[in-house]
Amino acid sequence: MSTATLKVWRGADPAAGRFERYEVPFEPGQSVLDGLRWIRAHRDPSLAIRYSCINANACKECMMELDGETVYACTARLEAREMTVRPLGNKTLMRDLVTEIAPPAERFKG
Amino acid sequence: MDSHSHVSTDVLIIGSGGAGMYAAIEAARAGASVFLLDRSLIGRGGATVMAQMTVAVALGEETPDHWSHHFKDTLEAGRGLCDERLARLLCEEGPEVMRQMDDWGVGWARKDGHITQAFAPGHDRPRCAYVDFLNTGPAVSKTLRTVVNKTPGIRKAGDLLVTDLVRDGDAVTGAVAIHLATGAPVTIGAKATIVATGGLTRLYRRNSASANMGGDGYALCLRAGAPLIDMEFVQFFPIGHLAPRLIGMDPIMWDPFRYKLGGKLLNARGEEFTTRYGVSEDGRYVITRDLATFAITKEVEAGRGSPHGGAYLSFQHLSEQDLRAAFGPVIDRLAANDIDLTRMPVEVAPIAHYQMGGVIANDRMETSLPGLTVAGEAVGGANGANRLSGNAITEALVFGRRAGRSAAERVASMNSNPYRPQAARPALDLIASATDRDDINTAEMIIALQATMSDDVGPFRTKEKLVRAATRIDELTRALGERPAGDGHAFDMRTLDWFDLRNMLSVAGIVTSAALTRTESRGAHQREDFPGMLPEWRVNQVVTMRGGELHMTRQPVALEAAAQ
Repeated sequence: MSTATLKVWRGADPAAGRFERYEVPFEPGQSVLDGLRWIRAHRDPSLAIRYSCINANACKECMMELDGETVYACTARLEAREMTVRPLGNKTLMRDLVTEIAPPAERFKG
Repeated sequence: MDSHSHVSTDVLIIGSGGAGMYAAIEAARAGASVFLLDRSLIGRGGATVMAQMTVAVALGEETPDHWSHHFKDTLEAGRGLCDERLARLLCEEGPEVMRQMDDWGVGWARKDGHITQAFAPGHDRPRCAYVDFLNTGPAVSKTLRTVVNKTPGIRKAGDLLVTDLVRDGDAVTGAVAIHLATGAPVTIGAKATIVATGGLTRLYRRNSASANMGGDGYALCLRAGAPLIDMEFVQFFPIGHLAPRLIGMDPIMWDPFRYKLGGKLLNARGEEFTTRYGVSEDGRYVITRDLATFAITKEVEAGRGSPHGGAYLSFQHLSEQDLRAAFGPVIDRLAANDIDLTRMPVEVAPIAHYQMGGVIANDRMETSLPGLTVAGEAVGGANGANRLSGNAITEALVFGRRAGRSAAERVASMNSNPYRPQAARPALDLIASATDRDDINTAEMIIALQATMSDDVGPFRTKEKLVRAATRIDELTRALGERPAGDGHAFDMRTLDWFDLRNMLSVAGIVTSAALTRTESRGAHQREDFPGMLPEWRVNQVVTMRGGELHMTRQPVALEAAAQ
């Protein structure tokens, strides 16, 4: 089985993040989200990602930057090479790959 | 660690799928202030947005129909276990909510000015409205989101994970949540609380709904003291996509293809095997969900399955023109996945789709606890042992509307918010007890639970498999422990997983034990060691939690006459 390498931005402060590299088993047809979910289950459950529908491009939650382009991780293909994923640069960071994407009127203000 | 924010509202609604949003609109229109929350984004998760296809309702637009015919089909599908009061409500009020959705601009497909109604297996006539064959759920969600946004009095908040309801004396007075965006606890005090969290399909490895439907609502209500019913009945959708790997499409996408084009279900030998199980399809889509699930599973067991362990679904007998005429742009999305239906079949297999069981409610959606109502898939009983296709969206809308009304009526009868902070203390203490432990991998545990449920508590069950599952669930529960894992900071996935697992394991254990005690086969619950439906089992199983202990009892089926 070949592998894909995901270089993942980690951190809670945009100015003080780091990249971590993960080798992920690769099967043709997989999505980048499949790779990130594999990392959580097999390497580090603290990796923050958000998704609801997993595969259907219905919830629109898994937006992130892949090699500099904004994608949905559920529809972007994993490839057997090094791929770099980062949180959206134009949204407020929560943690790792999760940013504040809800419309302002739908956010909780305590 | 005692600082938390507090929200005071007339009506708290947990979950913003179709049922929750409809409830919010109805309660706010009746004058109540509404706090509509979701563990994720508002109106994006849950099951409604994932619905691909049809909404069953006796509109009689093209073929004469009456709700009583729909009711009869619903009871028939439910194999004698439907709560007839709830089934009747669903069928009788379906037309009203459909027309309301039409007025709100959902865009039901029409022909010659009449709403188009398709035939679906199990119905006695064409009854299923739709928007567009792959867009019904998204259109329903979008319409409700728009109306929610325009309705004064609804406050919305995403990223709030409810960990417990607040029970004070006999009543439910609100909820405790974690604000995922910050990690901070939040308390919500409410005169009425509506649980609209959907079902439990996430308990299974392959499923057709969102990852945020792990049975939260069942566990929340049970812990607060409300009983559950029919939890052994999990519906499997027979032709979920299996292979080749397909991205950007919902796994139940083949249902609309079958509605429009029929298609052929084939085994590894290329035989149309459903005839072996008494159903000759002959290019049409007539086999019901439970029988198709049975037929595919048996073919796989007999060594006649497809390479990935399912059946083939073939449209190769159709021309590209026919396929394009029916599904235009979808054909291009398939091509992007290297799937050409004129040259190859796809592989399909049963996937977890819907939970018939749920929280016990009367026909006003009120549970046994004052202040607690439920809506949508969280409600148990309306669909008995097997849900008729097309009833889920109808149920979400009808039950959502009814729950919103009942909640608003309760609000109107109360002078002040009954919430008292001390009643939220145990739930806040649990959140505060979290430790940054790394002895467990919560993401891996969820996958382990899904494997157990899929392999041993799927559609075909035996005592041996169920006992093995119960043992495994106990092991996972012990490993989870009593104190949450995580650092308590923003978007802490381990905390989220821990609270999810707490609910998922509790609900998985209940499904398993209810399946173990029902020693017969009926609808979606098939015991290979107890084949055949037994008259003495025409009873509902009820689960209650008292002092942390589960109790299972049986009760007679609620008949329609009781509603009068």
